[in-house]
Amino acid sequence: MDLSWMAWTTPTAIFFAVIGSLIALMCVWEAVSPGGQPRKGILQFETTRGDRLFVSLLGSAFINLAWLAWAGPPLWGALGVCVLFAVLVFLFV
Amino acid sequence: MKPWNNKAWLFVLPVLVLVAFSAIIPLMTVVNYSVQDSFGNNEFYWVGLEWFQEVLASERFHNSLMRNLLFSGIILLIEIPLGIAVALAMPRRGWGVSVCLVLMALPLLIPWNVVGTIWQVFARVDIGLLGHTLAAMGVDYNYTQDTLDAWITLIVMDVWHWTSLVVLLCYSGLVSIPDAYYQAARIDGASRWAVFRYIQLPKMRRVLVIAVLLRFMDSFMIYTEPFVVTGGGPGNATTFLSIDLVQMAIGQFDLGPAAAMSLVYFLIILVISWVFYTVMTQQDNESVTDGRAGGGQ
Repeated sequence: MDLSWMAWTTPTAIFFAVIGSLIALMCVWEAVSPGGQPRKGILQFETTRGDRLFVSLLGSAFINLAWLAWAGPPLWGALGVCVLFAVLVFLFV
Repeated sequence: MKPWNNKAWLFVLPVLVLVAFSAIIPLMTVVNYSVQDSFGNNEFYWVGLEWFQEVLASERFHNSLMRNLLFSGIILLIEIPLGIAVALAMPRRGWGVSVCLVLMALPLLIPWNVVGTIWQVFARVDIGLLGHTLAAMGVDYNYTQDTLDAWITLIVMDVWHWTSLVVLLCYSGLVSIPDAYYQAARIDGASRWAVFRYIQLPKMRRVLVIAVLLRFMDSFMIYTEPFVVTGGGPGNATTFLSIDLVQMAIGQFDLGPAAAMSLVYFLIILVISWVFYTVMTQQDNESVTDGRAGGGQ
């Protein structure tokens, strides 16, 4: 199948592969150790594991955009902040 | 507490496949475009994050975004209270119900471009009923030349087109309230305001979440009506993000910058919709919890 119209590049393929892997990992985690009932964290709203992944990914997108706007590329620093942000979200939100 | 069984989500898989073809694959393509430059003939050149930097620093993008936020804010401030008020005023029994429902549904059945054309003609000073009447009354109104007039025209048009949706959603929430609630309120001697505040508004909360989300997303993504009525003018006064995006992608054939801009646009819609949804469903959950706690006492 010719996918040249989608204009794939290696970095974008890695980007989507990481997001796909994260979702797959969450599915495996849920199957192995069910525990997706909502909990109330520091932001005072109920979240499940899926919600926390969504918040982490959405927040990471904005962290990268903010980094790009104020500091410019490369985004390795932003990636570090994103990982820290995701850990904090999963622990406290 | 027993953990939730999330295996039922497997039944959602067929829909996910459908969404993949209609939304995810196009979105992936846009991401791919956003990091490349194209000169046509399906040839692409890697530029990295250049287009994102350009968009984030662009005054044109900032201005369009501010116009969009202002437009959506005004639309929500008008359409939601107005929709609730009209729904409250609609009859609940008798022949009037069908008449009101049909009248309310009519604007929703008209295609966007037709709505734009109707208002473009309706508001014209030379031949339009509204524009001509205002001119005859001595009102200095010309939506093609005055920024404020153009904005008022677009807002009134959107309110005319979409308030019905809010009305129908609120009405569906209102008719689902059992009579027992109203009987209890009458026995307690509750005022009209108390009935609205403690019975009708909480019962409408779920449909209001949907109404606010739909109206926010629709108004934030509005394209056809302003494009037909004002074409983004006068000057750039009504150039919203969608109009700017189309000009960039199709008018200038700048696919890379347009893709980067559309992704930023998408993320903004996603985060605002999520905040709306979370805040409103959270209030809903709290009221359910409070209700249970109250019932248990």
